[in-house]
Amino acid sequence: MGRRLALIAGVLGVCACAYMLVGLTGPLGFVLPYRGGKLAALALVAVALSVATVLFQTITANRILTPSLMGFDALYVLVLTVMVQALGASGFAALSPPTLFAVNLAGLAGLGLVLFVVLMRLAKGDMVRLCLTGVVLGLLIRSATHLLQRLIDPGDYQVVQSLSVARFTQVDGTLLAIAAAAVGAGVALAWRLRHRLDVLDLGEAAATGLGEPPARLHRQALLLICLMVGSATALAGPMASGGFGPSSFFGLVVVAFARLVTPTHRHAVLIPSAVLIGAVVLIGGQLVLERLLSLSTPLIVVIELIGGATFLILLLKRRAA
Amino acid sequence: MIRIEGLHHQIAGAEVLRGIDLTLPEGGVTALIGPNGAGKSTLLSLIARLIRVQRGRIEIGGHVVGQTRDRDLARVVAVLAQGAHVSARLRVAELVGFGRYPWHLGRPGAADHAAVDAALERFDLTGLRHRFLDELSGGQRQRAFVAMAFAQDTPYLLLDEPLNNLDIAAARDLMTLVRGLADEAGRTVVIVLHDINYATAFADRLVVLKQGQVVAQGAPGEVVSAPLLADVFGTAARVEQIDGRPVVLV
Ligand SMILES: Nc1ncnc2c1ncn2[C@@H]1O[C@H](COP(=O)(O)OP(=O)(O)OP(=O)(O)O)[C@@H](O)[C@H]1O
Ligand SMILES: [Mg+2]
Repeated sequence: MGRRLALIAGVLGVCACAYMLVGLTGPLGFVLPYRGGKLAALALVAVALSVATVLFQTITANRILTPSLMGFDALYVLVLTVMVQALGASGFAALSPPTLFAVNLAGLAGLGLVLFVVLMRLAKGDMVRLCLTGVVLGLLIRSATHLLQRLIDPGDYQVVQSLSVARFTQVDGTLLAIAAAAVGAGVALAWRLRHRLDVLDLGEAAATGLGEPPARLHRQALLLICLMVGSATALAGPMASGGFGPSSFFGLVVVAFARLVTPTHRHAVLIPSAVLIGAVVLIGGQLVLERLLSLSTPLIVVIELIGGATFLILLLKRRAA
Repeated sequence: MIRIEGLHHQIAGAEVLRGIDLTLPEGGVTALIGPNGAGKSTLLSLIARLIRVQRGRIEIGGHVVGQTRDRDLARVVAVLAQGAHVSARLRVAELVGFGRYPWHLGRPGAADHAAVDAALERFDLTGLRHRFLDELSGGQRQRAFVAMAFAQDTPYLLLDEPLNNLDIAAARDLMTLVRGLADEAGRTVVIVLHDINYATAFADRLVVLKQGQVVAQGAPGEVVSAPLLADVFGTAARVEQIDGRPVVLV
């Protein structure tokens, strides 16, 4: 396992270097920091989503669902819409990036927590119910958002639309630092949960018998998930968190692949493995598309394609098992 | 000692346990018997705090269930739930290793590894230690789960129908091991059994549950009789004395 992790880390190193250096033109003093910022943003998003997906799959005892698939992404547009609705387009535009980020994160994490708590309550540990409830709640959020958007000024509506699309273009240094702090804290706390998560994997009764009642661990993990996905989304837009719009399948692909490459029940292995693979997928994918193929196809499209296929395979395998 | 006072429990509005008062002394094997739906699993789960006590009081080894920290209780009582299975893909030694979790909280030391080895040895799983659970027979898997509860090294051990799906040889072997846990390792074992003949053969005490109430308890010879079976299970089975203990003829 250790060797495999080292290998993936090596691949990641190569991808990151290539991303920074391939096709360098123009003044280095400008291009390198620009690329560096984007690289850091990609890495942050990858880390946040990978760890959040691992946690989410463990506490919901399934291998198919991700926070993004469960409607988290729809929240992003809702929060934006509410902000534009409340402040007007000009008031919204006047917000400083850190303020915007903070409000965004607070809204996303807060609502996300409510969403997931409701989800887990309604699903009662039943995977099919979880899936259905997630879809229904996602639809509800989207409908509420549409309703709100009807109510706002068409000009303001344009603002929401332009912001709802993923963007890895301009990265604000301050935002990056704040997001890194938030994601870093989330990952560190998730790492501390690793042994308890292993126990949780044994099932509710066994975990309780070993002194780890699931309810408390569920709450802690949900908080971390919301913090991490919220930060990534607030930093980079919905590409980070997906939903059925942009990249819903990123976390799914990454964690499924991590389970394949490093088959283990230990979160002490699975978490780093997912983190590394997530970064390879996002950075490597961006590298191939943007630098090597010079394609304008957004990475999302590719991830969605692979992700959709992975989702189906996992679903079918589960039915067969 | 396990002391239960005035225990009532409702599930979905239905009264599942109706005023249980029960004291189980330290040591020995107590078998919980009764018809399907009598409340045996509910009672065991309540003692093991797998479900929350609604009304009444349960004390185990001096700890009041519901008022003791979960981690502390995990060092007092180990439980094997009915139909236990794990979805994670684990090897036998890893599963048994989880029994040590309350002691090492994720960082096993030499003592923990030794305890796992001892548990594997005692349950005759040493040769299977690297097998995945889904590569075992039902009986071997059941043994692995009991070994995990054993490795938890608690004075109290609660087992819910560990003989499910076992053939006669596997069932007798497992019961002999359980008997040994009480006799040699000094554990207090409470075990839910369906086959009354296993209960009379291996347990020191029987507690008979019917519709959420204790209707009889005591040594197997005092408890098991044809009238009791007729009353509790509603079936007319003959009971004969063989070698000084009651045997149900089915
Ligand atoms: N989750 C539940 N929802 C509704 N009713 C339940 C639930 N769990 C148990 N019951 C009911 O509680 C009663 C006691 O159940 P319990 O599982 O304790 O019985 P048991 O004696 O262990 O039976 P068995 O021998 O079949 O395992 C039964 O009538 C059962 O239908
Ligand atoms: Mg039962």
